[in-house]
Amino acid sequence: MSEIDQRDGVNRRKVLECMTWCGTGVLWTIAGGVPHSLGIMGEAQAAETRGLTFLQISDSHVGFDKPANPNALGTLEEAITKVNALPQKPAFMIHTGDISHLSKEKEFDDADHIISQSRLDVHYVPGEHDLIDADQGKIYRDRYGKTAKGAGWYSFDANGVHFIGLVNVVDLKAGGLGNLGNEQLEWLEKDVKGRSASTPIIVFAHIPLWTVYQDWGWGTQDGAQALSYLKKFGSVTVLNGHIHQIIQKVEGNVTFHTARSTAFPQPSPGTAPSPGPMKVPDDQLRKMLGIANVTFKQNEQRLAIIDAPLQG
Amino acid sequence: MLRPIIASTALGAVVGSVLAASVLFARAEGTPNTVTIDNFSFTPAAVTVKAGTTVTWTNKDDIPHGIGATNNAFPKSKALDTDDSYSFTFTTPGTYQYFCYLHPKMVGSIVVEQ
Repeated sequence: MSEIDQRDGVNRRKVLECMTWCGTGVLWTIAGGVPHSLGIMGEAQAAETRGLTFLQISDSHVGFDKPANPNALGTLEEAITKVNALPQKPAFMIHTGDISHLSKEKEFDDADHIISQSRLDVHYVPGEHDLIDADQGKIYRDRYGKTAKGAGWYSFDANGVHFIGLVNVVDLKAGGLGNLGNEQLEWLEKDVKGRSASTPIIVFAHIPLWTVYQDWGWGTQDGAQALSYLKKFGSVTVLNGHIHQIIQKVEGNVTFHTARSTAFPQPSPGTAPSPGPMKVPDDQLRKMLGIANVTFKQNEQRLAIIDAPLQG
Repeated sequence: MLRPIIASTALGAVVGSVLAASVLFARAEGTPNTVTIDNFSFTPAAVTVKAGTTVTWTNKDDIPHGIGATNNAFPKSKALDTDDSYSFTFTTPGTYQYFCYLHPKMVGSIVVEQ
């Protein structure tokens, strides 16, 4: 167990007590908007009964078969087995993109077959790997984006929390980072306008909305503009994938968090010649893959995320 | 790659023309019109060819990449899986900037001369 961040004693609405790591994951509870960690799964469970718990999985890369993990479908299945073993069923799941490796129908079929075994509703946003079919994302949109806008963005409400799924992997510009684009930004501005500042906001997208590491393109060009529309809200949580590792940052009322992949790890920023798949010893792989369990508690100003590795 | 480029440039100066240098370099290396994608970068990042040359990109990474021209100056490739290649024949002189449309930090250029 290790605590990775702690801010305390200023104001409960701005406190992040983060985060006890344990064998099964990181659990967030949100209440009235502020993140707080719960130490162990038992404690998390108790909290969860009074609020909303949902799950995040990311970067399944079904179809990937290279040395970093020759069986990405197998580890996705292990992740879903882990989901099914949770003591309390989450309300739903979000998938933050790169469901498939190459946007092939069979890859999506295989992913759907495994993920559906969770019997949870799944809210998807695409990663860049999901939009590289000949029709640039038609397969993805037909499967997962029928009611979404544009390239696949949308919002919904659950237990008083406003969820916003964004797409930042389309129309990328030479030399740049992830990209939301004007049409989506305008939609976002309208989507949040008129909502009470006390509404907890959870934004999810594939590429981190903040710049994790510029040299590897780990950020979103116009992410700051998106966040500017969310300034008035007391609690904003941004959940991303793409970088296949847990990185977290808290800035004012905004908590940023990236989830592990279920397929293969990637190196820490700048520690390798490139961000490509990282081959680790076989007995280490499952410690670097996993899922994230997120719990929202009403009226308690608390949010908790538990990242659970597949093993260890 | 730096050393052979410098060497051929020096040789080019003897021949008396930078163009000759790049052609000479091309012939000396044997693969002037080939770009390798490895470690999320294009190698060489800058290639100079004569008009009518077919340039071929080959992806050696474990992750797919895609070739897209800035301003769509030439057609973009489909996504290239490991060991996939994309070729395009440049007939019109000019400088063509391109990038990976999946990882846009990856950039390169093709200079096409008469």
